[in-house]
Amino acid sequence: MHLIVQATIGGILIGGVYALLASGQAMIFGVTRTVNFAQAIFAILSAYLSYTLFSDFGVDPFLSVLVLVPTMFAFGSAIYIVFLRRLTRSGAELALLVLYAMAIGIQGTLDYFYKTNTRVISPGYTNHSWTVGGYQISEVRLFAFLLAVVVLGSLHAIRQHTKLGRALRATAQNPTAAQLLGVNVERVSAIAMGLGVATAGAAGAVFGMVVPFNGNSQYDLLSKLLSISVLGGMASMPGTIVAAVILGVVESVVAAKISPDWSAFSFLVVLFAVLTVRPQGLFGRRLRGAL
Amino acid sequence: MTWLGRESRTRPGGALQAFAFLGALAVLPVVMGRHWQVNLLVFTLMYAGLASAWNLVGGYAGYAALGHGAFFGIGAYAMAIGTTHLGVGTGYRPFLLVLPIAVGTALAVVPIARLLLRTRAATFAVLSITVMFMVQTFAYNIRSLTHGSQGIAVPVPPFPFTTFERPFYYAMAILLALTVAVCWAVRSSQLGLALNAVRDDEDRARGLGVQTELVKLIAFSLSAGLTAAFGAVWAYYISYVFPGFAIDPLLSLGAILMAFLGGRHTLWGPVVGAALIVPAQQYFAYRYGASHLYLIAYAALFLIVIYLLPDGILPSTTQRLNRLRTRSRARTTPDLLPMEALNPRGESE
Repeated sequence: MHLIVQATIGGILIGGVYALLASGQAMIFGVTRTVNFAQAIFAILSAYLSYTLFSDFGVDPFLSVLVLVPTMFAFGSAIYIVFLRRLTRSGAELALLVLYAMAIGIQGTLDYFYKTNTRVISPGYTNHSWTVGGYQISEVRLFAFLLAVVVLGSLHAIRQHTKLGRALRATAQNPTAAQLLGVNVERVSAIAMGLGVATAGAAGAVFGMVVPFNGNSQYDLLSKLLSISVLGGMASMPGTIVAAVILGVVESVVAAKISPDWSAFSFLVVLFAVLTVRPQGLFGRRLRGAL
Repeated sequence: MTWLGRESRTRPGGALQAFAFLGALAVLPVVMGRHWQVNLLVFTLMYAGLASAWNLVGGYAGYAALGHGAFFGIGAYAMAIGTTHLGVGTGYRPFLLVLPIAVGTALAVVPIARLLLRTRAATFAVLSITVMFMVQTFAYNIRSLTHGSQGIAVPVPPFPFTTFERPFYYAMAILLALTVAVCWAVRSSQLGLALNAVRDDEDRARGLGVQTELVKLIAFSLSAGLTAAFGAVWAYYISYVFPGFAIDPLLSLGAILMAFLGGRHTLWGPVVGAALIVPAQQYFAYRYGASHLYLIAYAALFLIVIYLLPDGILPSTTQRLNRLRTRSRARTTPDLLPMEALNPRGESE
């Protein structure tokens, strides 16, 4: 029992980081109807940048988030403007393949500059932890979780309480109607892509402290992200967050009780079990033509 | 022009095309007999077949399947396990396993395909790749059967050194011919029309009485079975399977790239695409190793194809030819309106 509770705590904390990554993905999907197959490599890219900032300039990974978030925002928006703008209306599948190809290209570039050995960002406090009521709480994971909560909170505030947020929600609901009402859909989509990639920037920086990574770990992360998206219901932010925490907990409990080899797989089993009952995911809505 | 229309069923050149293709397949390894050349041909035919098989689902039905690497891997592992654990023997005998593997995979994927095909578009794409990751996890972790990350060494066949690649070449050639024949049969049957309807508007097709679930399932199952057959021959040829190689995301992506380059929805497009890309791919791998620069070149090629040739080579050229033809016809019969005035971009839908 102690082991399960311990694993659950760890799972919830890491689930926060997954939630951060996946909600960016959900935002991009909601507004542009494109699955961002490059979200995982964006996080790895950010992890590498954070690694460089830490090892060469001594910048704390949590501080580097302040630099990485705007950088990745600009990067994401640029990708939308240069590559995706002309595709999303003609075919969401093409956009998906473009992002997939881009993920492979970025992986190649990262492998070129950083080589392929796995790295981990380890500032002095990586192995610190607190003991609360007999359970260990890792300092890094707790801070990562808090960072995720802060970023998700600000994202929620932007969506619900600003003019931009209203434009984002309107575009997600119906791009044509939003355009007719004076929303600049192209610009809103570029911003949504930027915000989505920026969450990968924030998540990547702390991810690099929790899990050793290299360019090839994008597949592992991607498979988790994609399963979270489907389980949560693609465009649903609350669904994504719930699914991410479920993934974190299932993965960590299975790793502790059975074997780490099967932890990723166990979540896929949960996913397929849910899909037999609800093909649209936990919180997704049925859309004509989309599902 | 139209997806099915003039090209395959009514054109008398169909039989001619088939004979020319089979003739070329039979003669090629004699003309290009060096080891590296035949090796290149083996991979070209394999990818031509994989891209054609993918086209059944990704092109004809319009379902962006990204996880065909899973079925390739299943075929490869079935061959490896068959030759090592079951003791089928060596030489030509393992080739006898190919057909049962293909049929077995085609049947085995039905339950999972039924589940996958309940979703559409992006969700389908995501789930299909998830299946690939699942199969990879199995390959890594069921160690008693797959030896995990050690991989399985398949016994090397005792073929004479000078013509070592030949049997594999002909195995691939037969499989490719079979795959193209299956595609052709699908296109010229009711099934092809139904798949076409699914691609255009699935809800309407179902409303009009097309058995959408069934036709999608048949296309998916055929596609998976054929993909597994190529995987089986590949495993015997390479004589080593390992989870990272046999179930490779790049393999599915490569096949998709070739189908796009040649022309999705066409019969010969994937073959043309493979004939262009595989030599370039092997050259890159030989020159730079299967490493970072190779990945970058791959991504760049993909982007070039999608942005410069979104319809693929074959549809673009047929469109141009058709336009030339209509133009000359309009010149000889001036009382008819030129087709282009009615349909300026030559679109068929």
